[in-house]
Amino acid sequence: MTVIIDKAALKKKYKKVAYYPGCALEGSAMPYDKSTRAVGKALGLELVDVKDWNCCGAMEVKNVDPEVQTYLSSRVLSNAQHKNKMDVVMAPCNGCYKNLKEAEYDLEHKDKSKQVTARISEKAGHETYEAGGVETIHALDWIKMGYGEDELRKKIKGGLKGLKIANYYGCMYTRPRNIFPEKAEGAGGDSLTKPHYMDDLLAVAGAENVEFPLKTACCGGAHTLSDSDMSTKLVLNILEAAEAAGAEVIATECPTCHSGLEMHQIRALKRLSKETNVKVVYFTQLLGMAMGLSARKVGLNGNISDSRGLMKEKGII
Amino acid sequence: MRSVAELEAYIEAPKPDIAPVKLADDYLLVGEEMLIHWLKAKDLVPTEKEKEGFRILAMHRQGCKGDPSFNACRETCRELAYYYNLITMEPDSEDIASRLAMMDMVAKHLVLFIGGKMQEEQVGEFCCSSKVNKLNREEVESLVGVNNG
Repeated sequence: MTVIIDKAALKKKYKKVAYYPGCALEGSAMPYDKSTRAVGKALGLELVDVKDWNCCGAMEVKNVDPEVQTYLSSRVLSNAQHKNKMDVVMAPCNGCYKNLKEAEYDLEHKDKSKQVTARISEKAGHETYEAGGVETIHALDWIKMGYGEDELRKKIKGGLKGLKIANYYGCMYTRPRNIFPEKAEGAGGDSLTKPHYMDDLLAVAGAENVEFPLKTACCGGAHTLSDSDMSTKLVLNILEAAEAAGAEVIATECPTCHSGLEMHQIRALKRLSKETNVKVVYFTQLLGMAMGLSARKVGLNGNISDSRGLMKEKGII
Repeated sequence: MRSVAELEAYIEAPKPDIAPVKLADDYLLVGEEMLIHWLKAKDLVPTEKEKEGFRILAMHRQGCKGDPSFNACRETCRELAYYYNLITMEPDSEDIASRLAMMDMVAKHLVLFIGGKMQEEQVGEFCCSSKVNKLNREEVESLVGVNNG
């Protein structure tokens, strides 16, 4: 069955959303936070920070106790629903996005998760989150569906001037598939196997998207702690594939992938004497610059991968 | 069948003067052999079946049952099949060199990912989790061999 997405309804629904930056966007991924807020403001999309938010459990807590992980994510959803009185939470980090979606799924399908969440919520003295109260979306959904490509086109000023981009989504934007039922809905939705929302938005902004076969491949992420060399090799392969595809920039939408690409690009040079020159830039930074926002306003100087020379050379800033 | 180390060495080595179709066959075989290593390490008999015309896709599906993090290479397997089709169906295409280069990197990613995952399997999950945290100190030390030296 093909489901037609009601774009008009989503546009209305996503115009004002609760914003869950998560820990990374307040630390290593500050440029992602800065550019997300700047782009939202420029597009007239309103972000209301989730009140008193906490860590979603990241990648660690589930190994110690998966139900506690579900609880932690559920508390964010509960606060958005009960303290902010919102019905949509936007999480730009793939890890947070996935954890919140997974909590939603577990609270709907797993009795133990429901029981543990209810017990800890009561002890902590806040309202228990119940599945279905809040919809979690990614920054890509927020801009693509909350604003729309046609409207976005009108907001583009200088544009990206044919900048060649490899769009890198990482592995958590589409995985595990059972928690993203909306991605399999067909016409108008994003794809589980070939995601394209970032490609769509940056094409509207004037980029030339290259064919990039590793757009959802593993970046080595958490493995960097137990075997950094393996992570460096995985990242190097992604960087080399992007360059071979003709990309000048890798656009990212996940803070873990982004910092991994940036840091292992340097490490690959130091440890393996392999140099790559492709730049790593958040998609919100690229969109902001295309809309005429300054490099400073989108936090370009905060990236480890310094793309300011390239952006000047291309006439983007 | 080649060992994981031999497959890693093959994928790193230069490959001059090999006909495109033969090279595409080789890359696909590298991927299949890595999947076979993964399945055997889990005490499974690698399926002979095909999914969408490819054994590698059937083996990937078999290999991710009960191990969702293995799905992180789902699209890598699919890309390998995609480039195999492109190259073998149009061996004289003017894009053949770039297609082969891409298939090479996709195969390399699969080798690195599965190789890394197997290497760490006993002491921690490769992707986004760490089994170590769930084990007590004695179990960890016995797994990583700290007490053996």
